[in-house]
Amino acid sequence: MKFGYYPGCSIDRNARSYHISMMAIAERLGLEFEEMEDWNCCGATEYFAINDIPAYTLVSRNLALASQQYSGEKLVAPCSACFLNLKKTDHVMGEYKEINQKVNTALEAGGLAYQPGTVSVHHLLEVIVKDVGLEAIEEQVKKPLYELRIAPYYGCMVPRPADMESFDDPEHPTSMDKLLESLGAIVVDFPLKAQCCGGHMTQISEETALELLRRLLKNADDYGADMISTLCPMCQLNLDAYQGAVNAHFGTDYNIPVIYFTQLIGLAFGIPENELGFGKEIVSAKPALEKISDEAPQEKKRRRRPGRRTGLPMPSMPEEG
Amino acid sequence: MEEKKEKTMQKEKVGVYICHCGTNIAGTIDVEEVKNWAAKNPNVEVSRDYEFMCSNTGQELIENDIKEKGLTRIVVASCSPHMHEKTFRNATERGGLNPFLFEMANIREHGSWATNDKEAATQKAKSLVNGAIERVVHHEPLEKIPVEINPNTLIVGGGIAGITAALELANAGNHVYLVEREGTIGGHMAQLDKTFPTLDCSACILTPKMVDVGQHDNITLLTYSEVEKVDGYIGNFEITVRKKARCVIEDLCTACGICEEKCPAQVVDEGYGAGLGYRKAIYRAFPQAVPGYPVLDKENCIYFQTGKCRACEKFCPTDAIDFEQEDEMLNFNVGNIIVATGYDLFDPRRIPQYGYGRLENVFTSLEFERMVNASGPTGGHIVLRDGETKPEKVAIVHCVGSRDQNYNEYCSKVCCMYSLKFAHLVHEHLPETEVFNFYIDMRTPGKGYEEFYHRLLKEDTHFIRGRVAEITDADHQPGEEGKLIVQVENTLLGKQQRIPVDMVILSAGIEAREDAAQVANLFKMGCDYDGFYNERHPKLAPVATMTDGVFIAGACQGPKDIPETVAQGGAAASQIASLIGQGTMMMEPVRASIREEDCSGCRICNNLCPYNAIEYDEEKEVSKVITALCQGCGTCVAACPSGAIDGAHFTNLQVMSELQGLLWDVQPAPEKVTA
Repeated sequence: MKFGYYPGCSIDRNARSYHISMMAIAERLGLEFEEMEDWNCCGATEYFAINDIPAYTLVSRNLALASQQYSGEKLVAPCSACFLNLKKTDHVMGEYKEINQKVNTALEAGGLAYQPGTVSVHHLLEVIVKDVGLEAIEEQVKKPLYELRIAPYYGCMVPRPADMESFDDPEHPTSMDKLLESLGAIVVDFPLKAQCCGGHMTQISEETALELLRRLLKNADDYGADMISTLCPMCQLNLDAYQGAVNAHFGTDYNIPVIYFTQLIGLAFGIPENELGFGKEIVSAKPALEKISDEAPQEKKRRRRPGRRTGLPMPSMPEEG
Repeated sequence: MEEKKEKTMQKEKVGVYICHCGTNIAGTIDVEEVKNWAAKNPNVEVSRDYEFMCSNTGQELIENDIKEKGLTRIVVASCSPHMHEKTFRNATERGGLNPFLFEMANIREHGSWATNDKEAATQKAKSLVNGAIERVVHHEPLEKIPVEINPNTLIVGGGIAGITAALELANAGNHVYLVEREGTIGGHMAQLDKTFPTLDCSACILTPKMVDVGQHDNITLLTYSEVEKVDGYIGNFEITVRKKARCVIEDLCTACGICEEKCPAQVVDEGYGAGLGYRKAIYRAFPQAVPGYPVLDKENCIYFQTGKCRACEKFCPTDAIDFEQEDEMLNFNVGNIIVATGYDLFDPRRIPQYGYGRLENVFTSLEFERMVNASGPTGGHIVLRDGETKPEKVAIVHCVGSRDQNYNEYCSKVCCMYSLKFAHLVHEHLPETEVFNFYIDMRTPGKGYEEFYHRLLKEDTHFIRGRVAEITDADHQPGEEGKLIVQVENTLLGKQQRIPVDMVILSAGIEAREDAAQVANLFKMGCDYDGFYNERHPKLAPVATMTDGVFIAGACQGPKDIPETVAQGGAAASQIASLIGQGTMMMEPVRASIREEDCSGCRICNNLCPYNAIEYDEEKEVSKVITALCQGCGTCVAACPSGAIDGAHFTNLQVMSELQGLLWDVQPAPEKVTA
């Protein structure tokens, strides 16, 4: 399967391990990524709040280039902000004629044009879960992540907003949960899985950001997670690099590594850690990785448990039948 | 052919009447223009417009014109034939013509109400009127067909709607077959604890009626049974019912309950128990079940699953257990049918952020009904999922799955009232416990309902206006540890709030049954967008359906509380009693007939007829329609390769003439120029 690839600014810098692991598993999964030529920044999270027409124009330049360079291939963005901005711009240009007109006038100055709906934008997680499929993933698993307890963290951008045909439930996504389960890991309930990490708030109001990060780390810790799995360079950076600051500020002692889901796929495929970008994280993943067991945990069916004599039955979840 | 020619030669005198319907039609359509235009049609003798054709004066216009001007055909352009076809047919008949020499053009629903464009509406009115004129000249006089009404009635669904209807009909001396899918009648009402706003015990008012049904000489009660097939039409439906094997010989069973006591298989009671309690594999839903004999649930029976056990059989004092029992097919005829299949509770698992199924102390409303009921799994004590701990704070979340474009857009109507009832019951059982009701709007229309709301306001319930965003156990401030936190925007304060509680009750809405579409198909009914059965008219025929002889009652038509459901059950019964009283009903004479001289005897129509109404005459080698069975569906008319079948009132000549009339202003396509 061939895809257009929009790497985004972070992939070559702080999210290097995301890129490395993504390329390492791509071959095994039969995925081919053709990087867009002459792409530019997506404007990240702030630009839209400051001046929307230039922001849409900035993003639409990438869409215009993609429509020229690819012939029907889906465009994949591994970064949440890039994904949302590309998808949102395509959606907004299609919905609002006036914006479409203004943006295209601006594009024209550079000899470009974009017709909304031409480029189909997808997040990497969506491609892996939907296009590759869990069955194909399971086939490749050589070293299952038995006994590793993972909190699946989606952040606020990938599953939202719902009116753009999100590939997952916008409030309570489960696609990465299922993916990690297929790798043999134990996925913990993580109620804050779709909440904000603070984004660039670390630069603007550090205290606000630290509180948001504390909540995420606390919730993962409360559920006994060995690590947090992420799909976004921003979330990874915040949770990883600011974990020390959170501990210092609140007097906590969280020590939870934050790892890209692609690194975990690679690990389960039996690819050596050093080929997956492990070691680049600030909170080391080593102690967590040592917990991985060679033996499958005993089958614990989460049935409606009668509990103690006096206990009342729990409702079953639909997946359990 | 010669005969036909002669007919068309003989000029008909058509009277055309354009109704204003006040401004309903005349406000959009230029009725005078349509009238004058129609007058130019060579078949038209009289063309008039009038303010209200359905008024007595309007009808008299038709009658007098027939008598004075010798009209032979009548066209009225007004509303839908559903409204006034009968009125104008009668007027035609009173004028001295056969009522079928009349045709109606619907220029209101299909014209003036459909657009604000006056010109387009006027143009379309002309087409519709023209179609009717061209059709009516080919109408033939017909006689209605009398159909005898079988006085027996089938009622599907043994909830309070079905029970009410069954008792009304049976008490009037008519026989009723009451078919219920579950092992007992009673429906959802039997699961409830108290009923709002009077707080009388649900079972106490329901069980006497259940007993009456069980003992009534005029009611054949078929529980653990489903309707498989419905043939025929009003007055004479042929019904096939599958009576599922309950593995209990009803004649021998004394309903002593020993089998249930001895059965070692404990199963979560997803049906009557709403998933909150347990039952056995052989069980009665509840002690007052009617009929009293149990049902054996094969899926959970140890003997059926492993081949060993048979405990119930060993202990049964009357040898009433029969593992070999098979489903039984029953056939009987009825004149009318009431479908009262009720509703499903909205499954809150579809809203994952509310945590049902993940967070153990989140309950559904039906679970709470069972919990607070003295005969329920906790003996009526309000406790958390551990079965012991009393909650200190309880949140009741309204509108779960209702008034929400992501799930159901409609209001489920009963949830505000039962949520208030829950708040009251918590106060009553646990006076120290705080109760929070989260609502969007408080909807309490009904006798004594608003007064009940006021009573709750005085009981110190906290009412917080705002749709709950999330229920989570992710605490992040002091006082939240170990609690369920309800995150809500309080829209009266304009503020986000996080309220820690011990127990959450989700007031789930009412949904159409999962299999409503299949059931609708079985009884030839329609479903609305939300899956509820369509009534014949939203105001004036709320319990009839578009299929004659098939009625609906209760929540299968839309969300309803108990008083409304009971009223509908009674209404459906009285409509049927009225039909039974009439004895016969006059049916539209729309029937197929085969012209023997044109029939080649190919027998294609024989197997196509869905009513088995066509037989083959071996001697003459032609097919024949049995008029009594024919429903006038037209399948054979369309299928006949020789064009030998006529559908009365829908002959080829009539339909084609109408089409030509309708399309009078359509230019023929320019002829293809070939190079």
